[in-house]
Amino acid sequence: MEYSILAAGITMGLSAIGAGIGVGILGSKFIEGIARQPELAPFLQGRFFLMMGLTDAVPMIGVGLGMYMLFAL
Amino acid sequence: MAAKGIDHVVGAACSEPELTTNGYIQHHLTNLTYGKLPYESEVWHCNKESQVWDMPTIIPADTWTFAHGATEAADMGFWAFNVDSIGWSIFLGALFLGLFKWAIPTNSDTPSGLQNFVEMCIEFVDDNVQSLFGATNNKLIAPLALTVFVWILFMNLMDLIPVDFIPELAKYLGIEYFKVVPTTDPNVTLGMALAIVVLTIYYSIKIKGLKAFVAELTLHPFGKWLMPVNFVLEMVNFIAKPISLGLRLFGNLYAGEMIFILIALMLFFNSALIGMLGIGLHLVWALFHILIVALQAFIFMALTIAYLAMAHETEEH
Repeated sequence: MEYSILAAGITMGLSAIGAGIGVGILGSKFIEGIARQPELAPFLQGRFFLMMGLTDAVPMIGVGLGMYMLFAL
Repeated sequence: MAAKGIDHVVGAACSEPELTTNGYIQHHLTNLTYGKLPYESEVWHCNKESQVWDMPTIIPADTWTFAHGATEAADMGFWAFNVDSIGWSIFLGALFLGLFKWAIPTNSDTPSGLQNFVEMCIEFVDDNVQSLFGATNNKLIAPLALTVFVWILFMNLMDLIPVDFIPELAKYLGIEYFKVVPTTDPNVTLGMALAIVVLTIYYSIKIKGLKAFVAELTLHPFGKWLMPVNFVLEMVNFIAKPISLGLRLFGNLYAGEMIFILIALMLFFNSALIGMLGIGLHLVWALFHILIVALQAFIFMALTIAYLAMAHETEEH
């Protein structure tokens, strides 16, 4: 049980790092794209949210599995 | 029988599951399960007066029954049905069909709220199918995308109902466990992902032909002399698709639900200040969660269309 807490913490933390970097790069490119071509903003926004959802899902799966390890195992 | 979460020892102290934080969380994560308890499973009872575990009763023969707790649900193994997930998803599917069926005949020049909502959904899905799939004479794609989007959206929206509201109401009806959000059950999300993959295989074989489909799986990255390597690589890709599709939806909603439960736990502190803070946090997280709820429904739909579009591509390899 003690180890599963540690495992859950590592799972959530590491996946958060990865996704944090990923969403950071995505956001910076999004702003850059808008700065270069402001007329593309609505088009880029849709794609941005789609990609953010995909990136965001990976740590969420990690959080889900971590919570599962904590409370359901 | 291995206990899941709870250690069962005759004579050891047991408490009502809702009274501890861990028990509260466990209670919220347990489905209402109907299934076959196999011969010789143990059923444990908590003695209400002395608060210790009584001797377990041994099931004399296979019985179909509702599980009293996660341990019994685990004992049921394969023959277990999560009645709450199935019930809510069917109810919400019927609600979706009813709403859309009901909104269409009231076709007026000044559409009301419901008709606006229905038209908005249909136009949104139609736009996405046009841009992701392109022109097609397959009459299944757009209705399927609409069903996937609205159905998952409705199931996800159940997450915004306060966590204890429906389970507590169910308790008055004598139902012990009741999970409200079907998409926090991996069986539901992986089941939907599996259905999408079956459709993908069906259309791959129907449009491209069996030969081209097999060729796509075996000839792709390295040419025909490395067929086994190609097959393994393509298989990994092929299996990862439905699993990531299902787990993405499940993980997001499960984590969201979990955070609602953890916020609800703040009421255990018996302090008005922390309780008020909990209500505020509920509101903040619910507002943020609306984004995830709609986004995940959209992503599931977008990927469904994209996978089906891949199944319809007929290019030479």
